[in-house]
Amino acid sequence: MSAKPLRVILIIVAVLGMITSAESKTFRWANDGDANSMDPYAREETFLLSFDMNMYDPLIRLNQKMQLEPGLATHWAQINPTTWRFDLRHGVKFHDGTPFTADDVVFSFERATHPGSNLGSPLATVKEVRKIDDYTVDFITDGPDPILPLNLPTIAIMSKKWCEEHNTTRAADLTKNEESYATRHENGTGPFILKERVPDVKTVLVKNPDWWGLKKEPIDIDEAVFTRIADASTRVAALLSGELDMIYTVPPQDMVRLARTPHIKIWKVPELRTIFLGMDQSRPELLESDVKGKNPFKDKRVRQAFYEAIDENAIAAKVMDGYAHPTALIVGPGVNGYDPPLDKRFPSDPAAARKLLAEAGYPHGFEVGFDCPNDRYVNDQEICQAVVAMLARIGIKADLLAQTRSKFFAKINAPHYDTSFYMLGWTPGTYDALNALTALAETRNGKEGEFNVGGYSNPKLDALIAQIRVELDQEKRDALIHQALKLVRDDFAYLPLHQQVVVWATRNNVSLAQTGDNFFQLRYVTMK
Amino acid sequence: MIAFVIRRLCQSVVVLLTVALIAFALFNYVGDPINNMVGQDTTPAERVALRHELGLDQSFLVQFARFVGHAAEGNFGLSYQEARPVGQIILERMPATLELSFVAALLALILGVPMGIYTGLHRRSLLSQAMLTTSLVGISLPTFLIGILLILVFAVMLGWLPSYGRGTVVHIGWWTTGLLTISGWKAIILPAITLALFQMTLIMRLVRSEMIEVLRTDYIKFARARGLSNRAVNFGHALKNTLVPVITITGLQLGAIIAFAVITETVFQWPGMGLMFIQAVTFADIPVMAAYLVLVGFFFVVINLVVDLLYYVVDPRLRIEHEHAAGG
Repeated sequence: MSAKPLRVILIIVAVLGMITSAESKTFRWANDGDANSMDPYAREETFLLSFDMNMYDPLIRLNQKMQLEPGLATHWAQINPTTWRFDLRHGVKFHDGTPFTADDVVFSFERATHPGSNLGSPLATVKEVRKIDDYTVDFITDGPDPILPLNLPTIAIMSKKWCEEHNTTRAADLTKNEESYATRHENGTGPFILKERVPDVKTVLVKNPDWWGLKKEPIDIDEAVFTRIADASTRVAALLSGELDMIYTVPPQDMVRLARTPHIKIWKVPELRTIFLGMDQSRPELLESDVKGKNPFKDKRVRQAFYEAIDENAIAAKVMDGYAHPTALIVGPGVNGYDPPLDKRFPSDPAAARKLLAEAGYPHGFEVGFDCPNDRYVNDQEICQAVVAMLARIGIKADLLAQTRSKFFAKINAPHYDTSFYMLGWTPGTYDALNALTALAETRNGKEGEFNVGGYSNPKLDALIAQIRVELDQEKRDALIHQALKLVRDDFAYLPLHQQVVVWATRNNVSLAQTGDNFFQLRYVTMK
Repeated sequence: MIAFVIRRLCQSVVVLLTVALIAFALFNYVGDPINNMVGQDTTPAERVALRHELGLDQSFLVQFARFVGHAAEGNFGLSYQEARPVGQIILERMPATLELSFVAALLALILGVPMGIYTGLHRRSLLSQAMLTTSLVGISLPTFLIGILLILVFAVMLGWLPSYGRGTVVHIGWWTTGLLTISGWKAIILPAITLALFQMTLIMRLVRSEMIEVLRTDYIKFARARGLSNRAVNFGHALKNTLVPVITITGLQLGAIIAFAVITETVFQWPGMGLMFIQAVTFADIPVMAAYLVLVGFFFVVINLVVDLLYYVVDPRLRIEHEHAAGG
């Protein structure tokens, strides 16, 4: 190549390189997964919802302390047992300038509950949303629902006019073989506006200068650039080299190292998700065991022996490097109904466990299959391996099958519940213990107890849950929840292990608000 | 010639159908995508409805026939993960992979061929020994490790080059290129080196052994006897004759580079098709995986065809043999 064209190319490259963005505070962050859709009803998944909630507002939102506070609704009250009334905020505009009114709430409810939306379950008790006037709506429930407001922070309010104009009045319809407009565009009322979206690569949000909350809550950053970096080491390297200000999912193997790095700050808080082990207690004979003709897990002594054989403190310290909160309950701190005095684990005692097993008729232990995911929870496979070793001490031979989550869930979940002994994690989607109780511990009847994989059934507990469901008095309701949680604990219906710890990492100059639901909200970010 | 091309095309269709069948059959074993698409609270009834909507409840043959029919029209369906057409996703991702692959292939050629010639001519020199020894690294270290090492040194420790991504890209129609910006060039250096290292070693060793081989032949001795300069002998006669296998191997390796960019792209978060494939695997996004495998199969078939044709152009003996066969 002669010198001339080379020089021309170099000049072009240099000029293009000089076009940089104007002075502004840009926050750059990354996660191992993408937000996948800008449609806030696309999937009931923490990261997607938390991402999209930067652009959308709910009626009621959670603050930094996980307490409810006004969002697009300024006030709400249960005016009769089956009606919740919401007063809406005046003067709010969507990003395209359309004013926000009660019609948008009615529309959003319809869109969120229609098939194709994934957000139907939090609104399952709502029969109808009725417009009273432009700034008042009533939620009519199917029987009394004292905790409806707890279900609303994940429900974004969308614009009726915008959705109709762009033919996206239904959340993604996968059968249509075409992309819904809302998948890659947004029109919320929220603190940030979508500026650029290259799915799976880069998403840029900019501050909404007209956001209704700005007066009370100034936003520090002007722009947030989100990148997906799937590879754990690359993500950490980019944070260390200063190309990123924050990483959302911190690889467990790098936590200790990052904590030691001077210009990096580790953020941690107990997560709402509880990790536990479950046992098949419904089949007359276990699917995967050498015990024939009976089901050892039907015997409470066997369940207790398993509990006592497992040294959760060792798991938390050694497997989780201290990034875990050992628990005795199926719900953790931050969940409504959680009771610290109840959260006391029974001691781990292999000798006593062996004695219990002998009393139950298994002096030499037995063999049982053990199902685990290997890419779903923090160190899931390692935890299960530790459990296998601990059970071996009392003569139980657990045959571990650790596999990828899509295979794992297909095996253990409804309709087959094809497992004898398994690991599972649960976050109450409503931030309320009732959700965990009905999903995990209520007798399976086709509607409730769907994730009661082991088929635990206790009429006393079912009666308690029925009472909790309709109790409107908060204090009485809490007392009932405590009774139910204690019952589950003392009956060894599950073997709770721990709450994971949500770990984020930032550069030293970044400050933010971290909550146990792993919701990361850009409006709390400040950069020095 | 035309008959040959048509015959190869028919073979290609069979190959592609087989790839599609294998790819599609494999996907019965990657797990249930429904679990990744719905929240933990979703009821069994909703799951069944979704399975039906996606056609996952139909028999394998029906699903496969529908897949092939649509694929022939370039329609690979909707990604489960992103809820948008797979064809569109691939089209967005293709420029990144092709750019990286071509830069890597060029790098491998530009460095590999001269190094091969040098080590072939000066077999005992210290520099040759050094090149051969370092090239062992290129062959023996796995790609992801080389990538991580480069990131550690040049991004984390020295802070010269970015550790991930493509830098600023410029849109030219549907094509995006990072080769027109400084940040784009900076971003491509580490992944291109990572991807090129193995190929470079391969080409260098190939050229070297071919050179050594050719230099021993009679016509080189005769050329020297004729009193030609070293330069004319080495480059005019010897190098030309080593190039036939080099072209073949380089061509075939281009397919391999595109296909194996998967690992490099994952390490550097290079937004190409390989990364898309890995992400689709973790999500059990069957339409994307199937489309990718068929597409890579397609690339290989096309590259093979082009290499076969080039062979005809470069090596006159093949043409003659073929004409004889056709005549006889």
